[in-house]
Amino acid sequence: MMAEKEALFSQKNRRLLIDPLNDDNPISVQVLGICSALAITVQLKPAIVMSIAVMFVLIASNVIVSLIRNLIPGRIRIIVQLVIVAGLVIIVDLILKAYLYDVSKELSVFVGLIITNCIIMGRLEAFALGNGPWKAFLDAIGNAGGYALILIVVAFFREVLGSGKLLGYEVLGHKGKTLIDSTGLYSFGYENNGFMLLSPMALIAVGVYIWIQRSKNRKLIEA
Amino acid sequence: MDLLNLFVKSIFIENMIFAYFLGMCSYLAVSKTVKTAMGLGLAVIFVLAITVPVNYLLESYILKPGALGTWLGAEYTDIDLSFLSFIMFIAVIASMVQLVEMIVERFAPALYSQLGIFLPLIAVNCAILGGSLFMQQKDFSTITESFVYGLGSGIGWLLAIVAIAAIREKISYSNIPAPLKGLGITFIITGLMAIAFMSFGGIKL
Repeated sequence: MMAEKEALFSQKNRRLLIDPLNDDNPISVQVLGICSALAITVQLKPAIVMSIAVMFVLIASNVIVSLIRNLIPGRIRIIVQLVIVAGLVIIVDLILKAYLYDVSKELSVFVGLIITNCIIMGRLEAFALGNGPWKAFLDAIGNAGGYALILIVVAFFREVLGSGKLLGYEVLGHKGKTLIDSTGLYSFGYENNGFMLLSPMALIAVGVYIWIQRSKNRKLIEA
Repeated sequence: MDLLNLFVKSIFIENMIFAYFLGMCSYLAVSKTVKTAMGLGLAVIFVLAITVPVNYLLESYILKPGALGTWLGAEYTDIDLSFLSFIMFIAVIASMVQLVEMIVERFAPALYSQLGIFLPLIAVNCAILGGSLFMQQKDFSTITESFVYGLGSGIGWLLAIVAIAAIREKISYSNIPAPLKGLGITFIITGLMAIAFMSFGGIKL
Protein backbone atom coordinates (compact mmCIF):
# COMPACT_ATOMS: atom_id res chain seq x y z
CA MET A 1 0.00 0.00 0.00
CA MET A 2 0.90 3.66 -0.32
CA ALA A 3 0.85 4.17 3.40
CA GLU A 4 4.50 3.16 3.85
CA LYS A 5 5.82 5.90 1.63
CA GLU A 6 3.51 8.65 2.74
CA ALA A 7 5.01 11.36 4.93
CA LEU A 8 3.75 11.63 8.50
CA PHE A 9 2.07 14.96 7.82
CA SER A 10 1.35 14.76 4.12
CA GLN A 11 -1.27 17.02 2.59
CA LYS A 12 -3.84 14.25 2.84
CA ASN A 13 -3.13 13.62 6.50
CA ARG A 14 -3.32 17.30 7.28
CA ARG A 15 -6.74 17.42 5.68
CA LEU A 16 -7.85 14.64 8.04
CA LEU A 17 -6.95 16.91 10.89
CA ILE A 18 -8.35 20.20 9.61
CA ASP A 19 -11.45 19.29 7.61
CA PRO A 20 -13.55 18.28 10.61
CA LEU A 21 -13.12 21.73 12.12
CA ASN A 22 -15.20 23.41 9.46
CA ASP A 23 -16.02 21.74 6.13
CA ASP A 24 -16.77 18.37 7.65
CA ASN A 25 -17.66 19.29 11.22
CA PRO A 26 -19.07 16.27 13.05
CA ILE A 27 -21.91 18.25 14.63
CA SER A 28 -22.95 20.86 12.12
CA VAL A 29 -22.26 18.92 8.90
CA GLN A 30 -22.16 15.20 9.64
CA VAL A 31 -24.95 15.58 12.26
CA LEU A 32 -23.28 13.24 14.74
CA GLY A 33 -22.98 13.42 18.51
CA ILE A 34 -25.60 16.05 19.12
CA CYS A 35 -27.18 14.21 22.03
CA SER A 36 -24.49 15.03 24.52
CA ALA A 37 -23.35 18.24 22.86
CA LEU A 38 -26.38 20.27 23.87
CA ALA A 39 -27.17 19.27 27.40
CA ILE A 40 -23.85 20.19 28.95
CA THR A 41 -23.27 23.60 27.41
CA VAL A 42 -24.82 25.71 30.17
CA GLN A 43 -21.34 26.51 31.50
CA LEU A 44 -17.92 26.51 29.96
CA LYS A 45 -16.21 24.20 32.45
CA PRO A 46 -18.34 21.07 31.97
CA ALA A 47 -18.19 21.66 28.21
CA ILE A 48 -14.38 21.69 28.28
CA VAL A 49 -14.22 18.61 30.49
CA MET A 50 -16.67 16.82 28.23
CA SER A 51 -14.65 17.74 25.13
CA ILE A 52 -11.51 16.33 26.70
CA ALA A 53 -13.32 13.16 27.73
CA VAL A 54 -14.74 12.65 24.24
CA MET A 55 -11.35 13.38 22.71
CA PHE A 56 -9.69 10.75 24.89
CA VAL A 57 -12.33 8.09 24.17
CA LEU A 58 -12.41 8.86 20.46
CA ILE A 59 -8.63 8.77 20.02
CA ALA A 60 -8.18 5.60 22.05
CA SER A 61 -11.07 3.72 20.47
CA ASN A 62 -10.21 4.84 16.94
CA VAL A 63 -6.62 3.65 17.32
CA ILE A 64 -7.58 0.37 19.02
CA VAL A 65 -10.25 -0.49 16.46
CA SER A 66 -7.93 0.44 13.62
CA LEU A 67 -5.20 -1.82 15.07
CA ILE A 68 -7.49 -4.84 15.33
CA ARG A 69 -9.62 -4.04 12.29
CA ASN A 70 -8.49 -7.14 10.42
CA LEU A 71 -9.26 -9.43 13.35
CA ILE A 72 -12.87 -8.36 13.96
CA PRO A 73 -15.44 -10.54 12.21
CA GLY A 74 -17.79 -8.27 10.27
CA ARG A 75 -21.00 -9.60 11.78
CA ILE A 76 -20.22 -8.86 15.39
CA ARG A 77 -18.17 -5.71 14.88
CA ILE A 78 -20.78 -3.42 16.46
CA ILE A 79 -20.71 -5.36 19.72
CA VAL A 80 -16.91 -5.44 19.71
CA GLN A 81 -16.79 -1.68 19.15
CA LEU A 82 -19.38 -1.05 21.86
CA VAL A 83 -17.39 -3.10 24.37
CA ILE A 84 -14.15 -1.25 23.58
CA VAL A 85 -15.88 2.13 23.87
CA ALA A 86 -17.73 1.15 27.04
CA GLY A 87 -14.48 0.04 28.66
CA LEU A 88 -12.82 3.35 27.83
CA VAL A 89 -15.83 5.32 29.08
CA ILE A 90 -15.69 3.47 32.40
CA ILE A 91 -12.06 4.59 32.76
CA VAL A 92 -13.03 8.20 32.01
CA ASP A 93 -15.96 8.03 34.42
CA LEU A 94 -13.81 6.70 37.27
CA ILE A 95 -11.10 9.31 36.63
CA LEU A 96 -13.66 12.13 36.66
CA LYS A 97 -15.22 10.80 39.85
CA ALA A 98 -11.82 10.66 41.51
CA TYR A 99 -10.35 14.02 40.45
CA LEU A 100 -13.25 16.26 39.33
CA TYR A 101 -16.13 15.11 41.45
CA ASP A 102 -18.27 18.27 41.11
CA VAL A 103 -18.02 18.31 37.32
CA SER A 104 -18.74 14.59 37.20
CA LYS A 105 -21.91 15.20 39.25
CA GLU A 106 -22.92 17.95 36.82
CA LEU A 107 -22.36 15.81 33.76
CA SER A 108 -24.29 12.94 35.44
CA VAL A 109 -25.55 10.48 32.83
CA PHE A 110 -23.86 12.27 29.98
CA VAL A 111 -20.49 10.70 30.75
CA GLY A 112 -22.09 7.28 30.30
CA LEU A 113 -23.76 8.48 27.15
CA ILE A 114 -20.38 8.98 25.48
CA ILE A 115 -20.74 5.24 24.73
CA THR A 116 -23.63 5.91 22.38
CA ASN A 117 -22.25 9.22 21.17
CA CYS A 118 -22.76 8.91 17.45
CA ILE A 119 -19.43 10.61 16.68
CA ILE A 120 -17.55 7.71 18.17
CA MET A 121 -19.53 4.91 16.54
CA GLY A 122 -19.74 6.92 13.33
CA ARG A 123 -15.98 7.47 13.08
CA LEU A 124 -15.24 3.85 14.05
CA GLU A 125 -17.57 2.55 11.35
CA ALA A 126 -16.70 5.09 8.69
CA PHE A 127 -12.99 5.52 9.24
CA ALA A 128 -11.17 3.31 11.72
CA LEU A 129 -12.39 0.06 10.14
CA GLY A 130 -10.76 0.97 6.84
CA ASN A 131 -7.60 2.89 7.73
CA GLY A 132 -4.33 2.45 9.58
CA PRO A 133 -3.74 3.59 13.18
CA TRP A 134 -1.85 6.83 12.39
CA LYS A 135 -4.61 8.08 10.09
CA ALA A 136 -7.22 6.97 12.59
CA PHE A 137 -5.38 8.93 15.26
CA LEU A 138 -5.40 12.12 13.17
CA ASP A 139 -9.03 11.62 12.20
CA ALA A 140 -9.95 11.20 15.88
CA ILE A 141 -8.15 14.39 16.90
CA GLY A 142 -9.78 16.32 14.07
CA ASN A 143 -13.28 15.14 14.81
CA ALA A 144 -12.99 15.53 18.55
CA GLY A 145 -11.63 19.02 17.87
CA GLY A 146 -14.62 19.89 15.72
CA TYR A 147 -16.92 18.63 18.45
CA ALA A 148 -15.04 20.60 21.09
CA LEU A 149 -15.15 23.75 18.95
CA ILE A 150 -18.95 23.80 18.83
CA LEU A 151 -19.33 22.82 22.47
CA ILE A 152 -17.02 25.60 23.60
CA VAL A 153 -18.55 28.28 21.36
CA VAL A 154 -22.09 27.43 22.47
CA ALA A 155 -21.12 27.14 26.14
CA PHE A 156 -19.22 30.45 25.97
CA PHE A 157 -22.26 32.39 24.77
CA ARG A 158 -24.66 30.59 27.08
CA GLU A 159 -22.55 31.24 30.15
CA VAL A 160 -21.72 34.87 29.35
CA LEU A 161 -25.25 35.86 28.35
CA GLY A 162 -27.02 33.61 30.83
CA SER A 163 -25.13 34.16 34.04
CA GLY A 164 -22.57 36.85 33.20
CA LYS A 165 -19.69 34.55 34.12
CA LEU A 166 -16.91 32.67 32.40
CA LEU A 167 -15.57 29.54 34.10
CA GLY A 168 -17.19 30.89 37.25
CA TYR A 169 -15.52 34.35 37.14
CA GLU A 170 -17.80 37.37 36.95
CA VAL A 171 -16.45 38.87 33.73
CA LEU A 172 -19.26 41.37 33.26
CA GLY A 173 -18.88 42.83 36.72
CA HIS A 174 -20.60 42.09 39.98
CA LYS A 175 -24.36 42.41 40.39
CA GLY A 176 -25.31 43.95 43.72
CA LYS A 177 -28.74 44.59 45.22
CA THR A 178 -28.96 48.11 43.79
CA LEU A 179 -27.36 49.88 40.85
CA ILE A 180 -24.90 51.62 43.17
CA ASP A 181 -23.67 48.32 44.66
CA SER A 182 -23.10 46.86 41.22
CA THR A 183 -19.95 47.13 39.17
CA GLY A 184 -19.14 46.74 35.49
CA LEU A 185 -22.03 46.43 33.06
CA TYR A 186 -24.49 45.89 35.87
CA SER A 187 -24.03 49.46 37.09
CA PHE A 188 -25.73 50.60 33.88
CA GLY A 189 -28.73 48.42 34.61
CA TYR A 190 -27.70 45.40 32.52
CA GLU A 191 -29.59 42.19 33.32
CA ASN A 192 -28.61 38.59 32.66
CA ASN A 193 -30.76 36.71 30.18
CA GLY A 194 -31.80 33.76 32.31
CA PHE A 195 -33.43 32.17 29.31
CA MET A 196 -30.03 31.28 27.91
CA LEU A 197 -29.61 28.81 30.76
CA LEU A 198 -32.67 26.78 29.76
CA SER A 199 -32.35 23.81 27.45
CA PRO A 200 -34.22 25.20 24.39
CA MET A 201 -31.61 27.91 23.95
CA ALA A 202 -28.91 25.28 23.34
CA LEU A 203 -30.83 24.09 20.31
CA ILE A 204 -31.37 27.61 19.03
CA ALA A 205 -27.72 28.51 19.62
CA VAL A 206 -26.55 25.54 17.56
CA GLY A 207 -29.11 26.45 14.88
CA VAL A 208 -27.69 29.96 14.70
CA TYR A 209 -24.12 28.59 14.62
CA ILE A 210 -25.04 26.43 11.63
CA TRP A 211 -26.69 29.43 9.97
CA ILE A 212 -23.56 31.56 10.37
CA GLN A 213 -21.25 28.74 9.29
CA ARG A 214 -23.26 28.05 6.15
CA SER A 215 -23.53 31.68 5.14
CA LYS A 216 -19.71 31.84 5.27
CA ASN A 217 -19.20 28.46 3.66
CA ARG A 218 -21.83 28.32 0.97
CA LYS A 219 -20.99 24.90 -0.40
CA LEU A 220 -22.50 23.35 2.73
CA ILE A 221 -25.97 24.72 1.95
CA GLU A 222 -28.57 21.98 1.53
CA ALA A 223 -30.55 21.99 -1.68
CA MET B 1 -51.67 7.61 41.04
CA ASP B 2 -47.93 7.67 41.48
CA LEU B 3 -47.50 5.56 38.39
CA LEU B 4 -49.77 7.81 36.33
CA ASN B 5 -47.82 10.80 37.57
CA LEU B 6 -44.53 9.17 36.54
CA PHE B 7 -46.00 8.28 33.16
CA VAL B 8 -47.16 11.81 32.37
CA LYS B 9 -43.94 13.26 33.71
CA SER B 10 -41.77 11.03 31.55
CA ILE B 11 -43.77 11.88 28.43
CA PHE B 12 -44.10 15.63 28.74
CA ILE B 13 -41.94 17.19 31.41
CA GLU B 14 -38.83 15.05 31.19
CA ASN B 15 -39.20 14.52 27.47
CA MET B 16 -36.12 12.72 26.16
CA ILE B 17 -35.66 15.14 23.27
CA PHE B 18 -36.85 18.47 24.55
CA ALA B 19 -35.43 18.30 28.05
CA TYR B 20 -32.34 16.10 27.65
CA PHE B 21 -31.62 16.07 23.90
CA LEU B 22 -31.27 12.30 23.90
CA GLY B 23 -31.54 10.46 20.61
CA MET B 24 -30.99 13.65 18.64
CA CYS B 25 -28.93 11.96 15.94
CA SER B 26 -31.70 9.70 14.72
CA TYR B 27 -34.24 12.40 15.51
CA LEU B 28 -32.57 14.69 12.97
CA ALA B 29 -31.69 12.00 10.45
CA VAL B 30 -35.00 10.15 10.25
CA SER B 31 -37.51 12.98 10.52
CA LYS B 32 -37.97 13.81 6.86
CA THR B 33 -41.35 12.07 6.51
CA VAL B 34 -44.02 11.25 9.08
CA LYS B 35 -44.24 7.61 8.05
CA THR B 36 -40.63 6.68 8.72
CA ALA B 37 -40.61 8.82 11.86
CA MET B 38 -43.59 6.81 13.12
CA GLY B 39 -41.77 3.53 12.43
CA LEU B 40 -38.65 4.56 14.29
CA GLY B 41 -40.73 5.98 17.15
CA LEU B 42 -42.60 2.71 17.59
CA ALA B 43 -39.36 0.75 17.59
CA VAL B 44 -37.93 3.06 20.25
CA ILE B 45 -41.00 2.65 22.48
CA PHE B 46 -40.74 -1.11 22.07
CA VAL B 47 -37.05 -1.34 22.96
CA LEU B 48 -37.20 1.20 25.81
CA ALA B 49 -40.17 -0.58 27.43
CA ILE B 50 -38.18 -3.84 27.40
CA THR B 51 -34.62 -2.75 28.18
CA VAL B 52 -35.36 -0.39 31.08
CA PRO B 53 -37.06 -3.08 33.24
CA VAL B 54 -34.43 -5.68 32.28
CA ASN B 55 -31.65 -3.31 33.25
CA TYR B 56 -33.57 -2.51 36.42
CA LEU B 57 -33.45 -6.18 37.41
CA LEU B 58 -29.77 -6.33 36.55
CA GLU B 59 -29.08 -3.19 38.55
CA SER B 60 -31.00 -4.19 41.67
CA TYR B 61 -29.98 -7.88 41.83
CA ILE B 62 -26.41 -7.84 40.59
CA LEU B 63 -24.78 -4.42 40.21
CA LYS B 64 -25.91 -2.38 43.21
CA PRO B 65 -23.56 -2.39 46.20
CA GLY B 66 -24.66 -5.26 48.41
CA ALA B 67 -27.18 -6.56 45.89
CA LEU B 68 -25.45 -9.91 45.49
CA GLY B 69 -25.60 -10.49 49.24
CA THR B 70 -29.42 -10.60 49.26
CA TRP B 71 -29.51 -13.86 47.33
CA LEU B 72 -26.01 -15.33 47.40
CA GLY B 73 -25.38 -15.19 51.12
CA ALA B 74 -23.78 -12.79 53.56
CA GLU B 75 -20.18 -13.14 52.34
CA TYR B 76 -21.08 -11.34 49.10
CA THR B 77 -22.54 -8.22 50.74
CA ASP B 78 -19.40 -6.07 50.34
CA ILE B 79 -19.15 -6.56 46.60
CA ASP B 80 -19.87 -3.41 44.62
CA LEU B 81 -20.14 -4.00 40.90
CA SER B 82 -21.66 -0.67 40.00
CA PHE B 83 -18.60 0.33 37.95
CA LEU B 84 -19.64 -2.36 35.48
CA SER B 85 -23.04 -0.82 34.85
CA PHE B 86 -22.18 0.96 31.56
CA ILE B 87 -20.83 -2.15 29.95
CA MET B 88 -23.65 -4.36 31.25
CA PHE B 89 -26.36 -1.94 30.15
CA ILE B 90 -24.99 -1.53 26.66
CA ALA B 91 -24.54 -5.29 26.31
CA VAL B 92 -28.14 -5.87 27.40
CA ILE B 93 -29.36 -3.23 24.97
CA ALA B 94 -27.36 -4.55 22.04
CA SER B 95 -28.42 -8.14 22.61
CA MET B 96 -32.01 -7.16 23.37
CA VAL B 97 -32.22 -5.24 20.11
CA GLN B 98 -30.94 -8.30 18.28
CA LEU B 99 -33.45 -10.51 20.09
CA VAL B 100 -36.35 -8.16 19.47
CA GLU B 101 -35.39 -8.02 15.82
CA MET B 102 -35.46 -11.80 15.55
CA ILE B 103 -38.75 -12.16 17.43
CA VAL B 104 -40.48 -9.45 15.44
CA GLU B 105 -39.23 -10.95 12.19
CA ARG B 106 -40.59 -14.38 13.17
CA PHE B 107 -43.98 -13.44 14.61
CA ALA B 108 -44.91 -10.09 13.06
CA PRO B 109 -43.39 -9.90 9.59
CA ALA B 110 -45.62 -6.96 8.68
CA LEU B 111 -44.29 -4.89 11.58
CA TYR B 112 -40.77 -6.08 10.76
CA SER B 113 -40.89 -4.81 7.22
CA GLN B 114 -42.28 -1.53 8.52
CA LEU B 115 -39.53 -1.04 11.11
CA GLY B 116 -36.96 -2.44 8.70
CA ILE B 117 -33.55 -0.87 9.04
CA PHE B 118 -34.48 1.13 12.14
CA LEU B 119 -34.33 -1.73 14.61
CA PRO B 120 -30.56 -2.36 14.44
CA LEU B 121 -29.91 1.40 14.50
CA ILE B 122 -31.60 1.63 17.87
CA ALA B 123 -28.73 -0.09 19.69
CA VAL B 124 -26.74 3.11 19.40
CA ASN B 125 -29.60 5.51 20.02
CA CYS B 126 -28.70 7.64 23.02
CA ALA B 127 -32.30 7.68 24.22
CA ILE B 128 -32.19 3.95 24.97
CA LEU B 129 -29.01 3.97 27.04
CA GLY B 130 -30.16 7.28 28.53
CA GLY B 131 -33.38 5.64 29.71
CA SER B 132 -31.41 2.98 31.57
CA LEU B 133 -28.96 5.48 33.06
CA PHE B 134 -31.76 7.74 34.28
CA MET B 135 -33.47 4.67 35.71
CA GLN B 136 -30.28 3.97 37.66
CA GLN B 137 -30.18 7.55 38.91
CA LYS B 138 -33.84 7.73 39.91
CA ASP B 139 -33.65 4.67 42.17
CA PHE B 140 -37.05 3.20 41.35
CA SER B 141 -38.43 0.90 43.99
CA THR B 142 -40.38 -1.57 41.83
CA ILE B 143 -40.02 -3.06 38.38
CA THR B 144 -43.45 -1.66 37.41
CA GLU B 145 -42.16 1.86 37.95
CA SER B 146 -39.20 1.23 35.70
CA PHE B 147 -41.49 -0.25 33.03
CA VAL B 148 -43.80 2.76 33.17
CA TYR B 149 -40.82 5.08 32.96
CA GLY B 150 -39.43 3.27 29.92
CA LEU B 151 -42.80 3.25 28.18
CA GLY B 152 -43.44 6.92 28.94
CA SER B 153 -40.02 8.04 27.72
CA GLY B 154 -40.55 6.08 24.52
CA ILE B 155 -43.93 7.67 23.89
CA GLY B 156 -42.47 11.10 24.54
CA TRP B 157 -39.75 10.41 21.99
CA LEU B 158 -42.31 9.23 19.41
CA LEU B 159 -44.36 12.37 20.00
CA ALA B 160 -41.35 14.59 19.41
CA ILE B 161 -40.12 12.89 16.25
CA VAL B 162 -43.58 12.68 14.65
CA ALA B 163 -44.21 16.34 15.42
CA ILE B 164 -40.95 17.50 13.87
CA ALA B 165 -41.44 15.23 10.85
CA ALA B 166 -44.86 16.76 10.24
CA ILE B 167 -43.41 20.26 10.50
CA ARG B 168 -40.52 19.42 8.19
CA GLU B 169 -42.90 18.03 5.57
CA LYS B 170 -44.76 21.35 5.54
CA ILE B 171 -41.74 23.58 5.85
CA SER B 172 -40.23 22.33 2.61
CA TYR B 173 -42.70 24.65 0.89
CA SER B 174 -41.60 27.71 2.85
CA ASN B 175 -39.13 30.32 1.82
CA ILE B 176 -36.25 29.95 4.27
CA PRO B 177 -32.89 31.74 3.95
CA ALA B 178 -30.65 29.31 2.05
CA PRO B 179 -27.95 28.83 4.73
CA LEU B 180 -30.63 28.03 7.30
CA LYS B 181 -32.31 25.37 5.19
CA GLY B 182 -32.37 21.78 6.40
CA LEU B 183 -30.38 21.30 9.57
CA GLY B 184 -30.34 24.87 10.86
CA ILE B 185 -34.07 25.48 10.75
CA THR B 186 -34.72 22.04 12.24
CA PHE B 187 -32.62 22.96 15.25
CA ILE B 188 -34.40 26.25 15.73
CA ILE B 189 -37.85 24.68 15.38
CA THR B 190 -36.89 22.02 17.91
CA GLY B 191 -35.82 24.79 20.25
CA LEU B 192 -39.16 26.53 19.86
CA MET B 193 -40.98 23.24 20.46
CA ALA B 194 -38.89 22.69 23.56
CA ILE B 195 -39.99 26.11 24.85
CA ALA B 196 -43.59 25.03 24.31
CA PHE B 197 -42.97 21.77 26.16
CA MET B 198 -41.50 23.71 29.09
CA SER B 199 -44.99 24.94 29.86
CA PHE B 200 -45.82 21.41 31.01
CA GLY B 201 -43.27 21.83 33.79
CA GLY B 202 -44.68 21.51 37.30
CA ILE B 203 -47.82 19.64 36.31
CA LYS B 204 -48.73 17.13 39.03
CA LEU B 205 -51.62 14.72 38.88
